[in-house]
Amino acid sequence: MPGLAGLFFCLKQTMNKEVKNIKKLIVNQSLGLDCGKIIKNFPIAYETYGTLNKNKSNAILVFHALSGDQFVTNINPITKQEGWWITAVGPGKAIDTNKYFVICINVLGGCMGSFGPKEINPDTNELFGTTFPVITIRDMVRAQIYLLEYLGIDKLLSITGGSMGGMQVLQFASLYPNKAHSAIPIACSASHSAQNIALNELGRQAIMADPTWNNGNYFKTNLSPDKGLAVARMAAHITYLSKKSLQEKFGRKLQDTGSLKFSFDADFQIESYLRHQGTKFVDRFDANSYLYITRAMDYFDLEKQFNGNLSSAFKNTKSKFCVISFSSDWLYPTIENKEIVMALNACGANVGFVEINSDKGHDSFLLNVPKFLKTLSEFLNSTYKEINNEKRI
Amino acid sequence: MKKEFEVISQIIQNNKRVLDIGCGDGTLMEYLKFNQQNDVRGLEPQKDLVQKCIAKGLSVIEGDAEKELVQFPDKSFDYAILSQTLQAFLFPEKVLKQLLRIGKQTIVSIPNFGYWKVRLHLLFKGTMPLTKNLPNKWYNTPNLHMCTIQDFVNFCKEKNIKIDRSLCLTNEKISEITNGNMLYKNIFSQLGIFLIK
Repeated sequence: MPGLAGLFFCLKQTMNKEVKNIKKLIVNQSLGLDCGKIIKNFPIAYETYGTLNKNKSNAILVFHALSGDQFVTNINPITKQEGWWITAVGPGKAIDTNKYFVICINVLGGCMGSFGPKEINPDTNELFGTTFPVITIRDMVRAQIYLLEYLGIDKLLSITGGSMGGMQVLQFASLYPNKAHSAIPIACSASHSAQNIALNELGRQAIMADPTWNNGNYFKTNLSPDKGLAVARMAAHITYLSKKSLQEKFGRKLQDTGSLKFSFDADFQIESYLRHQGTKFVDRFDANSYLYITRAMDYFDLEKQFNGNLSSAFKNTKSKFCVISFSSDWLYPTIENKEIVMALNACGANVGFVEINSDKGHDSFLLNVPKFLKTLSEFLNSTYKEINNEKRI
Repeated sequence: MKKEFEVISQIIQNNKRVLDIGCGDGTLMEYLKFNQQNDVRGLEPQKDLVQKCIAKGLSVIEGDAEKELVQFPDKSFDYAILSQTLQAFLFPEKVLKQLLRIGKQTIVSIPNFGYWKVRLHLLFKGTMPLTKNLPNKWYNTPNLHMCTIQDFVNFCKEKNIKIDRSLCLTNEKISEITNGNMLYKNIFSQLGIFLIK
């Protein structure tokens, strides 16, 4: 279907053009990455919502997850889809943009304008592709601090994020113990489990098995490993849902005709749903970025950064934590979130924890789960009040 | 705030580190934090109550004291509080041991099973006692290990737990328990409050 491929190509061309018009900070300092390479003059793309108050005390830094970007809410200007956390962020929502100033930055290695494999390598004048350095969660967080400096924000009201966003919360709290009044890691882990590494590897292998991937040099051929990336997304998508929610939503329901076709077309609704998720994803995501970001997640081991003692990661923290997990999340199960709580308690940090009952699996943090959104809203509100009371005294 | 919490707050006073085990909706924690500037943490098994606490700005962890107390370091709190919950644990002795380890001092309050109305109920009605403090039937009560004020004092002696203060509530009035008035207090008090270490 050359027509369809051509359409994809066109779409991607426009995407690239529009990516150039988004908010970007060019960091002219040099940043030593964990892999040993040093980067400088690199872009970080970001978006903000709401208004920063006079004393700059209402800023919340939101970290996005694997497939997210800086466009947290409203309509994403590039994909024209709703922002990934529209359920939680916006006027009158849990993270109320009438009250708070929300910042989100596209992670290093990402594909929405920040320094990533889709950027041009100034040394070769070609896209980086897989010559891009392997980055870590720590690198991502360290790169984001430049934007806070640029915006003149000394101390954030809160840092929050789910999944890989939660990992960045933990890393941030550990690196900068006095830069956030509160921290809300959601549905995450302090070190990526073997199961999660395995699942990420499955996704990477799907991309690499696509012949158009071409060792990451697909931009040279004007083709992209859409099939591989779609399969990676399909596999990952299953892990974001719970068995119960899949069963309830799809069961064995059939697509279209209502009878089996005795073929390999999508007979079942769940098949067609996953295929749709896969194709939708390739329109907005870069396959190499997917490799780099999943790698960063796999490398994340905060415990190891502190010689096997997770508690030391937080020993200087001044932040008040609220750790949140979901009962049906099997990707970042409650037990892994509780390990974070235990480490915080072991060093006497200020921490609250609640597991929210939800059937919706890991994706619960992105969906309309009222008890979760209420907890998020009330915790932020109480932190905000406490800070303003402190100032009055 | 109920009288029991007033008594506990008076013992604790200001600027201490406090852990409230089974903190419920955080009423006591709130008072200790906002009126007496204590650094307070809570542990509570019920999700909806934990959410209420978080909404109030209280740092409460959802969890079961029989499993979760191990994560707190030795003597990491000035006071560990256990308000009317000891009798509800499967292994109260183990929980108490943890409390004594975590807190420099521990405050335990117990509903007194030796209270005269309880005694009379069993004696005359021949059924498990129901009172204002013990409103549940035998088959749905969370209380697995009821004890009297005398039982608790005996227990502390046996286990070499030092009792710094013994107080009791009799019709909302607070008084000290001494060796001399023990027999009397064990009959007429609804609640015992002990400061132990």
